[in-house]
Amino acid sequence: MEDKILLGHGSGGKLMNELIHGLIKETFGSDSLQLDDSAILSLDGMDEKKLAFTTDSYTITPVFFPGGNIGELAVNGTVNDLAVMGAKPMYISSAFILEEGLPVSDLKKIMVSMKTAADYAGVKIVTGDTKVVEKGKADKIFINTSGIGILESGVQRRDIEAGDLIVINGTIGDHGISVMAERNGLSFSKGLVSDCAPLNHLIGAVMHACPEGIKFMRDATRGGAASVLNEVVQNSPFSARLMESDLPIREEVHGVCDILGIDPLYAANEGKVIMIVKKSDGEKILEIMRDITEGKEAAIIGKITSRYPGKVYVETAVGGKRMLALLIEEQLPRIC
Amino acid sequence: MEITMKKDELVNEFSKKLKNLQLERKINIMEVCGTHTVQFFHTGVKDIFPGKLNLVDGPGCPVCVTTNDYLDRAVEIARKHKVTVCTFGDMMRVPSSYSSLQKEKAEGIDVVIVYSPLDALTIARDNPDREVVFLSVGFETTIPTEAITAKKAKDENIKNFSLLAGNKVTPPAVAALLESEEVNIDGFILPGHVSAITGVKGWRFISETYKKASVIAGFSTKDLLMGTLVLINLIQKNETKILNEYAEVVTEQGNVKAQEIMDEVFEPCDANWRGIGIIPGSGMKLRDTYADFDAEKKFPVTLPPVVEPKGCRCGEVLRGIITPLECPLFGKTCTPRNPVGACMVSTEGSCAAYYKYSS
Repeated sequence: MEDKILLGHGSGGKLMNELIHGLIKETFGSDSLQLDDSAILSLDGMDEKKLAFTTDSYTITPVFFPGGNIGELAVNGTVNDLAVMGAKPMYISSAFILEEGLPVSDLKKIMVSMKTAADYAGVKIVTGDTKVVEKGKADKIFINTSGIGILESGVQRRDIEAGDLIVINGTIGDHGISVMAERNGLSFSKGLVSDCAPLNHLIGAVMHACPEGIKFMRDATRGGAASVLNEVVQNSPFSARLMESDLPIREEVHGVCDILGIDPLYAANEGKVIMIVKKSDGEKILEIMRDITEGKEAAIIGKITSRYPGKVYVETAVGGKRMLALLIEEQLPRIC
Repeated sequence: MEITMKKDELVNEFSKKLKNLQLERKINIMEVCGTHTVQFFHTGVKDIFPGKLNLVDGPGCPVCVTTNDYLDRAVEIARKHKVTVCTFGDMMRVPSSYSSLQKEKAEGIDVVIVYSPLDALTIARDNPDREVVFLSVGFETTIPTEAITAKKAKDENIKNFSLLAGNKVTPPAVAALLESEEVNIDGFILPGHVSAITGVKGWRFISETYKKASVIAGFSTKDLLMGTLVLINLIQKNETKILNEYAEVVTEQGNVKAQEIMDEVFEPCDANWRGIGIIPGSGMKLRDTYADFDAEKKFPVTLPPVVEPKGCRCGEVLRGIITPLECPLFGKTCTPRNPVGACMVSTEGSCAAYYKYSS
């Protein structure tokens, strides 16, 4: 790997994979380290129910973005990392690194959002930490949250097979693209907001109705829907086929993406889960999702095939195909 | 808010037509612009081309045709004069002779990604103690904004802002390709956004001087299908016209205001295109009246000898002589992870597009 850490090492693409599977795994040891969204742990004296444990750090510019702020992002993100394992999120921590000079009113706003988000998700903020660094040593505020959840019905990971359906609980790319548009003052993106939301209620409802229906799920954050699907099929005999005409993508998202030369399938989401589900449960899961606030625009966007093993591809409106490879790093806007 | 479902009757009709086209002979069409290169892959239109239709990628990727010495200069200026370099995102990972902006940033030079040169000017205005240099790369689509920015800097007397001019215009490059006769192109798909600035008139030489057919097209699936079908029709009828299939945006005269501001700030010069060579009149340099905003003059540096990567056949790719797949480095030593040439880095580069969409 490189001699120095590059920004790309944190962007959810190949560079980050190399860092995780190289340095981090080698140093911490792969016998203890679990590389899924949460670690699944069992403590002495516990019954069947197991613990899920996860941690995540949050940094975003701007701190207040259309449709949310870093605080609710930090709560929902950790709730979602627990929920996609099939765990019921219970407790979270909140550690702040604050830049000298941050207005207390901003901090308060962020904390109120965290409290509201935690209440809505049904988790308790039980511990935390605060550090302040000199002006210029941090970008306003960094938040780390860790979370603990209980696995009441086991880890939601089952073998996928050709014919399984790919489901998403709503529109693709809203968070990443709205933040990018805000950063760049693209005025025509007005009305486009982040999809930041907790997924535990939605996932809980699906698990309850179809206990064996979910084969895999992951929240499509950094790297977007395309990266999640690449993780699902890479090194497997299966491929993931998306139907372009079935992808729920807002007109405004298309607009910003066209201008910046960015593919919404690689843009971050903060309230979207991609599920690989049993074919026979597909329609039922869709119905359940659409009854819940976080799943109103849920859609079946494709299926698992065996046509191009290990690959993700889109069947386009003209009947052609394009491959969706794992990106090296974050997409950068183009010149013209 | 409306959710797009890209189902369009016309798209269905056109794609059927294209798929079922019976061509009597092999037809080579060139898409001049990198955005078209990517869109042909992205929409899957290239995937449904009939057997004898061949799409040749043109030189229209501004990052790809920027020579190493330009980036070497940017790096040297940043190192020696401790300036803040502002750049469009796609320049970050392009290899210079010895490094890249991304690697240099990790080493400590100050590089900021901006989306518009006006953002760079804002940084200069807000930080009067910092020298800000904007890497002014791009074709007709970006030159007017760069010109406006330079003019604004001059009008507002912002002394800590300058441009490193590396801009190019596209029609001379197409003329150079036609002149060289290295590749046999039957017709051209011309870029809608560049044409919005140059006007149809900027491309008339293709039919008048070189007797070739061309079509100005937009970038949607429908635009690509229609542009391709119309161009094939012209070629089959041996008609060497230029047709404007993007009339809602492109006029005969083009954007006169944009042309005027470009002309006020920049003047044509000969420019070196990476892999192609010097093309007369294809560059844009700052006029003497803007010398104070010319980073090349303001920040003198001694450049290290330019090193071109060994074995890299970007030049032939850019001239349409080979496809990226024919370069021995493609996918082996040259990948998006470790790019040897700029064509593998830029979102608009042919090599990157071939790699991304075919692997």
